[in-house]
Amino acid sequence: MLKDVTLGQFFPGKSVIHRLDPRTKLLILVGYIVALFLAVSWLSYGVVFVFLAVSIAISGIPLKSFFKGMKPLMFILLFTGILNLFFTQGETVLVQIWTISITLEGVIRAFFMVFRILMLVTGTFLLTYTTSPIALTDGLEALLSPLKKIKLPVHELSMMMCIALRFIPTLVEETDKIMSAQKARGADFESGNLVQRVKALVPILVPLFISAFRRADELATAMECRCYQGGDGRTKMKLLRMHGCDYGSFLVAALLITAVCVLRGFGL
Amino acid sequence: MDKAISVEHLKFAYPGVDDTPDIVVFEDLNLQIKQGSFVAVLGGNGCGKSTLAKHFNSILLPGGGKVYVYGMDTSDPEKLIAIRRCTGMVFQNPDNQIVANVVEEDVAFGPENLGIASPEIRNRVDRALKQVGMYSYREHAPHLLSGGQKQRVAIAGVIAMEPKCIVLDEPTAMLDPRGRREVMDTILKLNAEKGITVVLITHHMDEAAQAQRVVVLHQGKVAADGTPREVFSQVELLHSIGLAAPDTAELCWELNKHGFDLPLGSLEPDECAQILYEALKV
Ligand SMILES: Nc1ncnc2c1ncn2[C@@H]1O[C@H](COP(=O)(O)OP(=O)(O)O)[C@@H](O)[C@H]1O
Ligand SMILES: [Mg+2]
Repeated sequence: MLKDVTLGQFFPGKSVIHRLDPRTKLLILVGYIVALFLAVSWLSYGVVFVFLAVSIAISGIPLKSFFKGMKPLMFILLFTGILNLFFTQGETVLVQIWTISITLEGVIRAFFMVFRILMLVTGTFLLTYTTSPIALTDGLEALLSPLKKIKLPVHELSMMMCIALRFIPTLVEETDKIMSAQKARGADFESGNLVQRVKALVPILVPLFISAFRRADELATAMECRCYQGGDGRTKMKLLRMHGCDYGSFLVAALLITAVCVLRGFGL
Repeated sequence: MDKAISVEHLKFAYPGVDDTPDIVVFEDLNLQIKQGSFVAVLGGNGCGKSTLAKHFNSILLPGGGKVYVYGMDTSDPEKLIAIRRCTGMVFQNPDNQIVANVVEEDVAFGPENLGIASPEIRNRVDRALKQVGMYSYREHAPHLLSGGQKQRVAIAGVIAMEPKCIVLDEPTAMLDPRGRREVMDTILKLNAEKGITVVLITHHMDEAAQAQRVVVLHQGKVAADGTPREVFSQVELLHSIGLAAPDTAELCWELNKHGFDLPLGSLEPDECAQILYEALKV
């Protein structure tokens, strides 16, 4: 059951989107999110949607994976939808049940809100699906490196992220093992009320934490042995390099933002 | 310079917690390891094998005496990086020494730390992966590999730094027989073809038998030192410190107790069979 965590899942591929520099993809994602929040009308949402749809088509990632990743967000989506549906004031009342009324404005607003969240999440998924975690942390480190001047430990943060990503599968596997071992001794994780279930987790968490600390200790020694001394004077095997398609993508993204801004200027 | 590692009058103790006394590991240990040799270190649990290994690249510093690595004093902070470049370490649990989530990125970790230029890192990584036979897995995620494969990736990560010496602390302890063979073959190949000095800490007698020299540690001292043949024929000594000789030596020793007079130094089953055949022929 723990096997299907999709966190940071990456689908290797050869599409243009896969080959873009991670910095390009990160910056374009930021631009895309800005455009999404600037969009106010059907038309501008449509423009952003077309951008997203074309990007997904180019990436060649099956739509199924996006839906799968969306599942844990169902609750938030429903919640946002219902909240907007019932609590938006408006003129045109569609349905009136007792004191609660559903207005046309409410329906439209709920639709937009849910749509916006969906597009936001899908865009982010597209980034993580087409970029290897290592490239992603490298890109983040490169983009944030100006912040080193104000003493922000950018290299350390990206190293931590990298190690966390490396150890997630290992720790998940270990959790599975510990759970099986405890189950074999009669532990019960599935029944009882909330308090009982939380209590049942203690015998899993304690060994997991102890082992994680031991791992951290050994890993630190191993890293020291391999001459790790922090980010200073460190080089990279894979240098990040921008190519023609990166500049092209920036152009398209710039067009997207301009289009949304212009539409907004016209009140559309 | 023909001495790779030189341990002189090493003293070491782990500080005790609160009121407990210090755990004394070494009181006066002396050991020299020749460049290009393949030395196996044997010893019972807790006799200080790992502690000794950690002295070879300044992870632990001597409490007294000196440890020299290629002539460099391990307690000299200025030499720290030079020492760690010379002697690579491979540990027991491959999971806890792999840093990155792509094989080739992990192998590149050491050279990257040394500040080597990108194209040269690429060359070294490819070379190292080919040497351990993991080149075709370069883009795989380490957690999907078998234990033996992970350990070979860890070895590649060390040789990508082009050390003169590799210290392996029970690298096969967590592996299945097949993984053990893969790792042993890799180590033997590195020693024979690249002339890398190998210090292999192990508790498998058959692995130690493949070394050129076997050092047995007991209570912080060298209890036996010599070629595998010389060391493994001292069956009583090995027994007295809680170790077993290889099965072949054990068999001949048992037979000797019952009136035979067989040589104990045989390491291979075939060799042992031949000895038995000769003894029983008449
Ligand atoms: N970090 C430590 N702190 C305190 N004592 C330790 C530590 N590591 C090892 N020891 C003790 O030092 C002795 C030697 O340990 P070690 O070198 O790990 O033995 P080996 O690897 O031969 O099994 C043991 O008695 C062990 O309990
Ligand atoms: Mg040990």
